[in-house]
Amino acid sequence: MSKTKGTIASASTPISRRAFGTGAAAGAMLLASGMPIRSLRAAEPLRVGVLLPRSGHLALIGQACQRGAELSVPILADLGHQVQLMNADTESNPDVGRTQAEKLIREGAHVLMGCFDSATTAAVAQVAEQKGVPFVINIGADPAITEQGYKFVFRNFPTSVMLGMGGLKLFNDIFQATGTTAKTAVLMHVNDSFGNSMRGGIEKLMPKLNLPFQIVETIAYDPKARDLALEVSKAKAANADIHMVVTRLNDAILMVREMVKQQYAPMGIISPGSPGMYEKQFFKTLGKYANYCTTNVPWFDPNQKLAKVLEERFEKAYPEESFELNIGFTFEAVLIAADAYKRAGSGNPQALAEALRATSIADRVMIGGPIKFNEKGQNENLRSAAVQNLDGKPTVVLPTESAQAKPVFPMPDWKARGA
Amino acid sequence: MTTTAAATAAAPVRLPRGTLLLAGLAALLLMAPLFAGDYLLSVLILICYQAYLGMAWNAMMGFAGQFSLGHALYIGLGGYAAGALFVHFGIPPWIGMLVGAAVATAAGAVVGALGFRFGVKGVYFALLTIAFAEFTRILFDHWDWVGASSGLFLPVAHDQVSLWLLRGPPVMFYYVILGLLIAAFVLSWALLRRRIGYYWQAIREDQDAAETLGIDVFKYKMAAVMLSAAMTAVGGVFYAFYYNNLYPETIFSMHRSIELMLGTIVGGIGTLFGPILGAALLVVLGEVLTLLTEDLGLDGVKQIFYGLCLLIIVLWRPAGIWPWLRTRLGLGT
Amino acid sequence: MPLELYLNVITGGLLTGLVYGLMALGLSAIFGVMRIVNFAHGDMMVAAMYAALVLFNVQGITPLAALPIVAGGLFLVGYVLQRLLVNRLIQATEHIQFLALLGVAMVITNGMLMAFGPDAQGVLLDYSFDSYSFGPLILDKVRVIAAVVAGMAALLLWAFFAYTRIGKAIRACADNLTGARVVGLDVDRLYAVTFGVGAACVGVAGCLLLMLVDVHPHLSTDYTLLGFIIVIVGGLGSLGGALLGGVVIGLAEALGGVLVEPSLKSMFSFGLLILILLIRPEGLMGKRT
Repeated sequence: MSKTKGTIASASTPISRRAFGTGAAAGAMLLASGMPIRSLRAAEPLRVGVLLPRSGHLALIGQACQRGAELSVPILADLGHQVQLMNADTESNPDVGRTQAEKLIREGAHVLMGCFDSATTAAVAQVAEQKGVPFVINIGADPAITEQGYKFVFRNFPTSVMLGMGGLKLFNDIFQATGTTAKTAVLMHVNDSFGNSMRGGIEKLMPKLNLPFQIVETIAYDPKARDLALEVSKAKAANADIHMVVTRLNDAILMVREMVKQQYAPMGIISPGSPGMYEKQFFKTLGKYANYCTTNVPWFDPNQKLAKVLEERFEKAYPEESFELNIGFTFEAVLIAADAYKRAGSGNPQALAEALRATSIADRVMIGGPIKFNEKGQNENLRSAAVQNLDGKPTVVLPTESAQAKPVFPMPDWKARGA
Repeated sequence: MTTTAAATAAAPVRLPRGTLLLAGLAALLLMAPLFAGDYLLSVLILICYQAYLGMAWNAMMGFAGQFSLGHALYIGLGGYAAGALFVHFGIPPWIGMLVGAAVATAAGAVVGALGFRFGVKGVYFALLTIAFAEFTRILFDHWDWVGASSGLFLPVAHDQVSLWLLRGPPVMFYYVILGLLIAAFVLSWALLRRRIGYYWQAIREDQDAAETLGIDVFKYKMAAVMLSAAMTAVGGVFYAFYYNNLYPETIFSMHRSIELMLGTIVGGIGTLFGPILGAALLVVLGEVLTLLTEDLGLDGVKQIFYGLCLLIIVLWRPAGIWPWLRTRLGLGT
Repeated sequence: MPLELYLNVITGGLLTGLVYGLMALGLSAIFGVMRIVNFAHGDMMVAAMYAALVLFNVQGITPLAALPIVAGGLFLVGYVLQRLLVNRLIQATEHIQFLALLGVAMVITNGMLMAFGPDAQGVLLDYSFDSYSFGPLILDKVRVIAAVVAGMAALLLWAFFAYTRIGKAIRACADNLTGARVVGLDVDRLYAVTFGVGAACVGVAGCLLLMLVDVHPHLSTDYTLLGFIIVIVGGLGSLGGALLGGVVIGLAEALGGVLVEPSLKSMFSFGLLILILLIRPEGLMGKRT
């Protein structure tokens, strides 16, 4: 995946990782450390340390993110940014993520980028802060990460509270656009760090947002659940209008399949902001039953030129894979770093961090205002779109200015769908 | 035959050589931050941490022969106890450590008492320990006071260096874990040379024989489990304050229980140096494999080699590498 | 309404439990004869699921039709694995057995990751979404098929041990190893056959499960653990116990999930395991040793 890596390491630091490894193997590891990193030359490319879970239980998303990072190099080169990736696999393990972050910094990464899961992201954020190396978070929704007063950590992804807020508001928009209103909902969510903080956010926001429906039952399920028959039975028994879900990918498939089998057809299956239902695997496994599921998430802005470029390149490079928000946010993270590097004029971490703080990028790929960071390092200009699966493709249906089609609500019954 | 001969021949120089080696290693480790870079330091911290946990596990498995596959339980209890007390009440980790160790000891006592009283042995006992760890994981996933599945975050204070509050740079954490490792080493060494150590080994070798000799098997097995649990919990406190975030999913996971004992089995169960040697070997093996395989760009190939190495090591030296290396170095027992 | 809910949940738990039971059968048979706990059990099952998936994708063979092929393939894998590796472990201590098989598990899982990638993949059959309705009771067609086949496979396995020469010889090894050697049985070969038969069960279970869940490499640990829970609850070494254990766990999870909270459902299986270990360590149908 990353042929560039070895060469970068050996070119940029006098003691490369290779030398270290050999030394360690020979038992001389203690001597091979501590050498100073050669000072940076002015015209050299930006070295981005990419930390993603490419193996282990999060490998699926880690590899998806990696594709966004790989594509950013040629696209940014066309925009006049020289970027080199230094890839590291966190193995879905925060401990490994931490050591890998140290290693990337030692090898001369100007900026770190990653890490998808909140536990690893939190661990890497500390390393970045201690070492004073900027860290741009591509994805990681745990609100706590940007509440630590970090100076070198920047997040271009909504916190779970922001996600829930944006996602819930869109319910009203869907009702308005279709002239149909729901009165009740059942919330079914995965009980992992993401699902649980989403549920917390939703419960807090529901009364404030004045939504016309009530959550009549909340069903949490184990992220390791092997099947969801019982969970869906329970949801069906609640007999609500909307089936509101916070899922991952595999469980989203299990859930919808089970809903079809149990003939449970609510007015809509809507996620206030979670992965799963817009992914290619979802369509491939569920066929026609994947249609009409709706996810309210930050999404590609069809009006942005850069989004089109990215999509074209992506379809060419990875025709088998799904083009979804993991790709977009990882791409944007590299873009943010490259943009700051250009303005800072050097790889000096302090200068880079200052440039990052002053970021303002209007030409981006995701929906929302220009990318800007507040004093906590959080981008607040992120907006969710309602993305409905129509004709076997995730399609933006709201907000109207970005919409590619009109929302369908209520959705047709399972049996009313043709082949 | 030959090994005994070598050991006897080496007997006169045994003590000075062993002590010298130990002193040299200790000196090297103590001075490491002077010449080690950040990356190497974090690798050393990882080695010491794994070695410490391995030593804690060794107290139960190696000394008293009780196979635990669920030690993540004690790491988690220690880490969560100290972490939650610090987050909610600002109680310093050294006091939280006592609480965590006490909680873990109690948990160990429950697991041990139930297991030993009801005659749950071997694989069955190992599975009982897994069951307790997984049970607790799911419990913590639903316990809001410690953040449930959203995790518990310890506040990170910048520029604050306080050994009392365990807030500070990696070098501080290095010395803390090195200190813990040395303490655990000395404790193990001392215990093995006392009556309790001999009793443990008697139980490990043949429980029925030990019983006929009049040893209170239940009491000494309980002592081993509780000691091991307490030591492991202290390691968990270190983990909590070094990483500053705790998730039930990662801290109570079976992978952690497995990772924790690998080093000791590879190094040599029941020996004093086994856990240290094993942890160093495996951490370095992991780093070297990362280096060798990352250019291939094949995700997962590293773990394949890691698995193969484990397989080869246990088939080649089922008793661990340290007992073999010890005779090689002429250190005797 | 609640009655309908319980009815559906209980039948669902029962059917899924049977498939789980079949998966655990292999583990139980191997332990009953060789006293080895196969820690690579879940990994072998995930490998079987991938084998069925490849047959479906490449040759268009449905998992049900692929059953004999996958089972045969897994038999060979098991046979060879026993000859090359597991045989050396029979005399080893438990933790060495554990570590060696853990190494095997890591190789299998990550081999799958490299070969098939991390994505979950499944098969889409004509009847994947079908279900039978009997009034308020809705039965999932795939689950019914899987449960029936699981029951048949278990019967076959039982017949193998009860009636065939080689099956009887294997039982003789399990009951009295020294005696078996004295009468001249080729114990090594019998052990290899046992491991192969155990693996074949896993192959059958893998094909059936592929119709119910999508496969990805990291399923393995969970299934290994699940297999352990089931055989201990049912009784390590007892074939009937493994099936019963599967059903009991399936029901316990289903009822626990309905009565308390679905995300707590696996706590019920661990709780049940702890309870059984303490009250009846030999399992529901195991023999007291």
